[in-house]
Amino acid sequence: MVNKKSSAGSIGFVEYLIPKIQRIGIYLVLVVFAAYYLMPLFVMLTTSLKSLEEIRTGSFISLPRGIDLSSWKIAWSEACTGVKCQGLRPYMLNSFLIAVPAVAISTMVGAINGYVLSHWKFRGANLIFGMMLFGCFVPFQVILLPMAIVLGKLGVAGSISGLVLVHVVYGLGFTTLFFRNYFVTVSDEITRAAKIDGAGFFRIFYSIFLPLSAPIFVVTIIWQFTQIWNDFLFGVSFSQAGTQPVTVALNNIVNSTTGVKQYNVDMAAAILAALPTLLVYILAGKYFIRGLTAGAVKG
Amino acid sequence: MTDKILSIVGLNKKFGNVDVLLDINIELESGGFLVLVGPSGCGKSTLLNCLAGFETINSGSIEVGGKDVENVSPKDRDIAMVFQSYALYPTMTVERNITFGMEARGVKKEERDANLARVSQILQIEPLLKRKPGQLSGGQRQRVAMGRALVRDPKLFLFDEPLSNLDAKLRVDMRTEIKKLHNRLNASIVYVTHDQIEALTLATKIVVMKDGLIQQIGTPDEIYNRPGNIFVADFMGSPPMNLIPVKAIPHEKYTEIVIETRGEQKPIILKDFKPELLNSLSGETELILGLRPEHITNIENVTGQYKVLSECVVDVIEPVGSDIFVITELGGKNVTARLRSNAYVELEKSMGVVFDLDNASYFYPKTGLRYDF
Repeated sequence: MVNKKSSAGSIGFVEYLIPKIQRIGIYLVLVVFAAYYLMPLFVMLTTSLKSLEEIRTGSFISLPRGIDLSSWKIAWSEACTGVKCQGLRPYMLNSFLIAVPAVAISTMVGAINGYVLSHWKFRGANLIFGMMLFGCFVPFQVILLPMAIVLGKLGVAGSISGLVLVHVVYGLGFTTLFFRNYFVTVSDEITRAAKIDGAGFFRIFYSIFLPLSAPIFVVTIIWQFTQIWNDFLFGVSFSQAGTQPVTVALNNIVNSTTGVKQYNVDMAAAILAALPTLLVYILAGKYFIRGLTAGAVKG
Repeated sequence: MTDKILSIVGLNKKFGNVDVLLDINIELESGGFLVLVGPSGCGKSTLLNCLAGFETINSGSIEVGGKDVENVSPKDRDIAMVFQSYALYPTMTVERNITFGMEARGVKKEERDANLARVSQILQIEPLLKRKPGQLSGGQRQRVAMGRALVRDPKLFLFDEPLSNLDAKLRVDMRTEIKKLHNRLNASIVYVTHDQIEALTLATKIVVMKDGLIQQIGTPDEIYNRPGNIFVADFMGSPPMNLIPVKAIPHEKYTEIVIETRGEQKPIILKDFKPELLNSLSGETELILGLRPEHITNIENVTGQYKVLSECVVDVIEPVGSDIFVITELGGKNVTARLRSNAYVELEKSMGVVFDLDNASYFYPKTGLRYDF
């Protein structure tokens, strides 16, 4: 009896140990990968705080000797992009002027599209949805020329509103897809009940669907904001001097320095340009994950 | 004429080239409880959706309260509907769920509040009014869904399998409650279900459907005791009606009903003394004898005059508390007899049972239609 118990105990110990070891292994791998991914950010941050002298003499990954914010100031308001030397500041503003309306419009239209395609089906609704889905996978390069012609005809070539239009059109496929797939999980019977209750198209949308949609709005807004903020190709193709977004300006700063390469300014500028999307993720990241996995109606 | 709350004439409905509803003719009197019952895919839910206006019809007409509703949108048909999934608005409180329809229709606040109070009192959901649907149990959601329908006081209520998402116990309770509500409010109801017990207990009029066709329309009593064909006989009632192939041989004073038994045992010979049956037969005829399990029973249960005692072998015994179902084989079919729970039966032994031919139905073997005489 006693024997049995002790042998059972030793098996229990091994059984206890193996998952522990596995767990430690998993954490080890995760830590290594996290460090690997964070490394560039670390290098950028430390480099931006060093002086040029220190960069030239010191090691790539060493910590800065002191905190020198002068390169941040240069990047923000003094660095030269071609002939102008105003730093990133005006271009940040451009990017906001492009991203905010483009995100707002594409998200709202996407929400209505998704609502129609999931609950007000009409003949050919699936075909249209399929085509919008296809639009998500059209490479940027393919639409450059036709879009340039369209923008020209509309008289918005090179303007901020032209870029807003481009991003709204290109984003609609995604926003529609997000909202449609979210609203599909709402039972058809709910729309029917509302119809019998006497509610119309828009009433059902804003009284029943909008209040349900917070998670998918977060997902869509983060997605669209990141896409539009980080866009370079449309920005460089459809802008002119004065309307360029921050990504294009960053490229110009990095490429237009003469003489010694100012790595610290480049790094500071890069971080500044990435900061808004980074902030969005930090503030709303957990809702992003939650929204991606959530259905509209909880049981 | 004025009394008809619902009248469906010659309704046909196709999905593409497939007929889903064929020549549907139904009338419902004011205050009636009409149950559409049938197996899945029989078209009963489609028919309800046609009534509600969610589906168009290909031909025929639907009148609600004497008014043709063909081109009338769901909200103007003067109907209310209770859905299978309850379809409560998930972000609204119970209170707003119930008043949303009135709000959308621009009913004044005082009137909305009065109606809300009336309905929540009837359904006893006052304590739940501030909750969200997610915080309610299945039965409570069911009540709220009914509240949303009741508050409108429409001409016609549509119920789409409202109890199928509840557990068995609650289903029985809610069934009783719906019946009470119907008696109390004298509402006109069209109710869809696949549960034949719900149909029998609730309806004043049952429509049995299969493959888009109406099989029989009648009161629960007619449907149960005089099924119009083999399908209805088999579908309605639990356990279903026994359908036994027999030979009917007319004699001078009675009809001899011969049932083949298994193996080398002697056939069972029953005598049906109904003169109408005898007169209708011109010679030996193959028929299908339909007998409810309670009409094959132990002796003391039978009061009719045409009872016949016979013996058969017990294959399976299923006690259900109040009764014992005994399954035996007659005419090559499993046949269920319903005995009192105090009956003494033994597996694979012979038992004496009475065939109560008073309540027998006969069917044509080929068409499955009722053999009327």
